[in-house]
Amino acid sequence: MSMITADPKDVPHVESFAFTPENLAKAKELMANYPPGRQASAVIGVLDLAQRQQGWLPRVAMNEVARLLDMAPIRVYEIATFYTMFQLKPKGKYLLQVCTTTPCWLRGSDAIMKACEHAADGETFSVQEVECLGACVNAPVVQINDDFYEDLDEASLKKVLDAFKRGETPKPGPQVDRQTSAPEGGPTTLTTATLRSE
Amino acid sequence: MLADRDRIFTNLYGFHDWRLPGARARGAWDNTKAILDKGPEAIIDEMKKSGLRGRGGAGFPTGLKWSFMPKEVKDRPHYLIVNADESEPGTCKDRDIMRHDPHLLVEGCLVAGFAMRANAGYIYVRGEFYNEAQHLMAAIKEAYEAGLLGKNACGSGWDFDLYVHRGAGAYICGEETALLESLEGKKGMPRLKPPFPAGAGLYGCPSTVNNVESIAVAPTILRRGAPWFAGIGRPNNTGTKLFCISGHVNKPCNVEEEMGIPLRELIDRHCGGVRGGWDNLLAVIPGGASVPLLPKSICDTVLMDFDSLRDQKSGLGTAAVIVMDKSTDVVKAIARLSQFYKHESCGQCTPCREGTGWMWRVMERMVVGNARIDEIDALEDVTKQVEGHTICALGDAAAWPIQGLIRHFRPEMERRIRARTEKLAAE
Repeated sequence: MSMITADPKDVPHVESFAFTPENLAKAKELMANYPPGRQASAVIGVLDLAQRQQGWLPRVAMNEVARLLDMAPIRVYEIATFYTMFQLKPKGKYLLQVCTTTPCWLRGSDAIMKACEHAADGETFSVQEVECLGACVNAPVVQINDDFYEDLDEASLKKVLDAFKRGETPKPGPQVDRQTSAPEGGPTTLTTATLRSE
Repeated sequence: MLADRDRIFTNLYGFHDWRLPGARARGAWDNTKAILDKGPEAIIDEMKKSGLRGRGGAGFPTGLKWSFMPKEVKDRPHYLIVNADESEPGTCKDRDIMRHDPHLLVEGCLVAGFAMRANAGYIYVRGEFYNEAQHLMAAIKEAYEAGLLGKNACGSGWDFDLYVHRGAGAYICGEETALLESLEGKKGMPRLKPPFPAGAGLYGCPSTVNNVESIAVAPTILRRGAPWFAGIGRPNNTGTKLFCISGHVNKPCNVEEEMGIPLRELIDRHCGGVRGGWDNLLAVIPGGASVPLLPKSICDTVLMDFDSLRDQKSGLGTAAVIVMDKSTDVVKAIARLSQFYKHESCGQCTPCREGTGWMWRVMERMVVGNARIDEIDALEDVTKQVEGHTICALGDAAAWPIQGLIRHFRPEMERRIRARTEKLAAE
């Protein structure tokens, strides 16, 4: 799984971490989803909140999550290193997660990966090769923060990245003329008139 | 071709409103109380009669699975768990259900939860599906506000709470017991079975884990009746199915079709054919990365269902069809899957932890022909030593694509080895 060690030397020192009142309320909401005494179930969700607040997960944030959930810190470190979405080092403002698994590879993810690596400067963009993102009929796919950018080629990827550089948020989803996972040029099913009008 | 009136996922592509009013207009939540009033036994019986087989890959009969839950709730509560950790390469159907038809899933959770006497359900959504989870949570909120979930859900007298639990990136959490571990706040490492989840699952309580699609089709089956569903497809392979067709087709797409549709018809009718025409087809992986690939000669006639594909030593899996045309480096395509399994092995069992890495390294050598001919046999032998010797099926899943490659493309692997040997000898 995630091959980042817990406390490498190139990770900046963070003195302390505290949840904002808003995030603390969200964390408590997540903990309430589970039976009494089972609050550890919320660990992934609460770590995600910490990561969204800090941008990444320094050791002090993991310790705070452990304290909040009444878990041994090591159990939280285990989670943070097992699941690939947790970032144990600072990253750029936009994380480009490039899928290169076979369905994306068949449709040209090598070129997409190369272009993303070229764009990655560590500040605006960081890049990470990821395994199947689960949007295979819209391959190749790059996840940028929470959104999927689909049906990419080098030209459309450049447009997307340029828009981010200008501080815009380009429209996620297919970057060709196509409705989500329907075939390009319009669906071959669900064309009956009664289904078209609601 | 399946008629539009027989389709369950009528908003598959998101052309229409996914929220409660839109879902209701398409027939969701229509007198759900009447379904629940039949009682758990009648619901499970109807599901059995429909012939629905689990849509997550293994194809285990859904009604039978539900019937394994204890008939009475004793000291431990029952749980319904929905597996929305969709990450089998090639598969992207549950994503469409969650973002475009979430109410079908939410209603299905109530019905399934009621049938297995659970008062709570968790939907485990893969972490990358952030926006899809937002839709699902919004749909659940709407259902609570309309009295469809919560205390006395749909006026049935049954209390049912439903929660979304987001993962954080781990293919292994799609394995049901790894999912339970993850849901309990641990690393996603599969558990030994028995005990099976129906005996001791989440928090040691009776639990049943079902795929999103299996649950989402349940209300429609119960509303329209088992004979309707059983009348679609072929015996033992009934109903409709979401297919995801990716790779070298002109128009990759998701589509709901009849079980048992010929592979060629599926590709030609909905995907604009193979890139460069049918004769340009090299091979197809018919059911997601874990199943062995099929060469064109089999693709010409094979039907897309559990039994037909099993007879060809492959499988329907998640019905994720990955198409490769003649320009494909097929050894590299499978080597990339070996890399995937190496990356996703949880590391618990030695044959898988060591075997996936070993198989990947050898596969990378096979790509360039940097091997001896007899190493193909050694590779096949190792796949057989991994297969069946691990706690979960990830080891099997890593072995099968390589076995399929050797079965159908051994001459190509040998050609590469000879070509490299000859080239080196000439230099």
